[in-house]
Amino acid sequence: MAEMNMLQAVNEALSIAMQADERMVVFGEDVGHFGGVFRATSGLQEKFGRSRCFNTPLTEQGIAGFANGLASNGMTAVAEIQFADYIFPAFDQIVNEAAKFRYRSGNEFNVGSLVFRTPYGGGIAGGHYHSQSPEAYFTQTPGLKVVVPRNPEQAKGLLLASIRDKNPVVFFEPKRLYRASVGEVPAGDYEIELGKAEVVREGKDITLVAWGAQMEILEKAADMAAKEGISCEVIDLRTLAPWDVDTIADSVKKTGRLLINHEAPLTGGFAGEIAATIQQECFLYLESPISRVCGLDTPYPLVHEKEYMPDALKTFEAIKASVTF
Amino acid sequence: MSKATLNTDTVHRVGFLDKASLHIPILRILQADGTTYETAVLPVIDEALATKIYDTCVFTRVLDERMLGAQRQGRISFYMTCTGEEAAIVGSVAALDQEDVILAQYREHAALRYRGFTTEQFMNQMFSNEKDLGKGRQMPIHYGSAALHYQTISSPLATQIPQATGVGYSLKMQGKRNVAVCYFGEGAASEGDFHAGLNMAAVLKCPVIFFCRNNGYAISTPTEEQFAGNGIASRGVGYGMHTIRVDGNDMLAVLAATQQARAYAIEHNAPVLIEAMTYRLGAHSSSDDPSGYRSKDEEAKWQQHDPVKRFKLWLINKGWLAEADDVKLHEQYREEVLAAVKVAEKIPVPMLDEIIEDVYDKPTPALKKQLSELKEHIKKYPQSYPKSAGRL
Repeated sequence: MAEMNMLQAVNEALSIAMQADERMVVFGEDVGHFGGVFRATSGLQEKFGRSRCFNTPLTEQGIAGFANGLASNGMTAVAEIQFADYIFPAFDQIVNEAAKFRYRSGNEFNVGSLVFRTPYGGGIAGGHYHSQSPEAYFTQTPGLKVVVPRNPEQAKGLLLASIRDKNPVVFFEPKRLYRASVGEVPAGDYEIELGKAEVVREGKDITLVAWGAQMEILEKAADMAAKEGISCEVIDLRTLAPWDVDTIADSVKKTGRLLINHEAPLTGGFAGEIAATIQQECFLYLESPISRVCGLDTPYPLVHEKEYMPDALKTFEAIKASVTF
Repeated sequence: MSKATLNTDTVHRVGFLDKASLHIPILRILQADGTTYETAVLPVIDEALATKIYDTCVFTRVLDERMLGAQRQGRISFYMTCTGEEAAIVGSVAALDQEDVILAQYREHAALRYRGFTTEQFMNQMFSNEKDLGKGRQMPIHYGSAALHYQTISSPLATQIPQATGVGYSLKMQGKRNVAVCYFGEGAASEGDFHAGLNMAAVLKCPVIFFCRNNGYAISTPTEEQFAGNGIASRGVGYGMHTIRVDGNDMLAVLAATQQARAYAIEHNAPVLIEAMTYRLGAHSSSDDPSGYRSKDEEAKWQQHDPVKRFKLWLINKGWLAEADDVKLHEQYREEVLAAVKVAEKIPVPMLDEIIEDVYDKPTPALKKQLSELKEHIKKYPQSYPKSAGRL
């Protein structure tokens, strides 16, 4: 165990994976000698050489297409998209190509050994294009896995699992926590299984679900609720596609209530999918309407960031509204 | 600038460059009468290679003619021919090593044939039957074969271009003396992925041959509505890439250019761009009628430049082909294709279970649930789902 922040955990995961797999290459804008604008790839070029960790020209669709080509021909490709806000030029390569590579070829070819890492989320005065949470655009695409860690320990284990998973993974890193989240991280090589949610805190009155940086918000809101005598079960979804229906449904069958929180806008956000599924699986157990505490249906604003965010206070209010319904 | 990649000549009066500043000649070796230009340097070719090239051209012509007919009869849903572009495709693939990785657009099935794709395999894909390597999931002509190093075709244009750059990089990393070969049309070259792929290949030093079929049209759009520059070749120079323009209806010119491009790409770990000037003699696809946007006269003019006829004359001149054998070859392939159609259309479609396989490496619980619900539904209304109801 060593104490580190999320960036160091990501860096360590990349280093361990590259050490273990000589076919693995890491690339993107500014990831080479400079080590990335957030320093997630710091030192990798020195350790593994320019041919395995390098800068690309500034072209997201090129990075994604290049990654598909590498992975289709026996390499392990870990591509960085500098901000999740800039993943959209690569959307075609990810959705039409990476996600469908295995299916469309009848498994003659696949790009399973591929991960797109990208910093996402707000709370850093990033305005429209350094704050977005585009996960729901990808969860609607069969063939992709979508993973979001909440702290350094999770980031390392989930990233190692994503790199070794036999399917293309879009790995969203909460940049608000890159340096802010510091914690004990197990030494050496370990993986956290994809597709499994984690019950972070047990409770009996209401189930709270989120992922990534919003897990901090849930915990704060759960603490506030505890002072009012409300017992919250807090769950980190971790993998959004394919997501762990059973863990959420089991929890809701116990608590009878569900609140989902995400930074992304409400309409079409992933909370809608969770709510619809749980409503179907747990109809006879629900004691109040499923609550969604999300970003507003606006572009991510600069000056009103604090007002936009689905923060602990908004979550706390929604918890109270649910238990008193 | 970290390194001086631009020249430092200076002038002191304003002067602009234009597209004529870049002189791009067109490589021609074979004349219309089947003789070669006096000063031409011929590619490496012997009778066996020439015969295999011609055989592939004849097969492709026959397949295209018959399957377009089959589409018209409603036996398959869709078709695209290679007609007029056989020299561009077969001349280039014949310059490659069998393990060079091909990433194609869709009008390059002749290359797959050259590599050994069987008549049955073509049919199984087009009829979406259970023997199709692609498990019946994609439209006809979206072929692929891992054994033949021919990556599966997908409809989105130009997406294979940056992918080829990645494949080229992987070949270099794996220490293989092979290249990635990427085919695309001049219309696809207007996509952003063309720019991304070529620039990355040049910067990252990837052994890739980018092979552009400039056939004059992207569906109904003529090249003057596609680009204003000096074709596609001028862009290769802009990316710092070895570039050549060839007569795409000249089998020997295409072969010679590709042989040398391949040698250069491997020797220098660098990409090469080949622009083959040709003409799409057929319709864009079975869903297209070119009479709406081009004249019969124009088509007739290009019929005079038929690449297969030109190469055939050269073979006859060389004494490597006799007219009677050519007639026999056409007959043999017509029978073979017809027989293969009759077999393939009777093979059942893949089992319904295949609908959830290969989305991921293993079907997820959600997919298994969806399949079992679908099966229950089909059992209730079997008459509405004739393709799968009998084989649950």
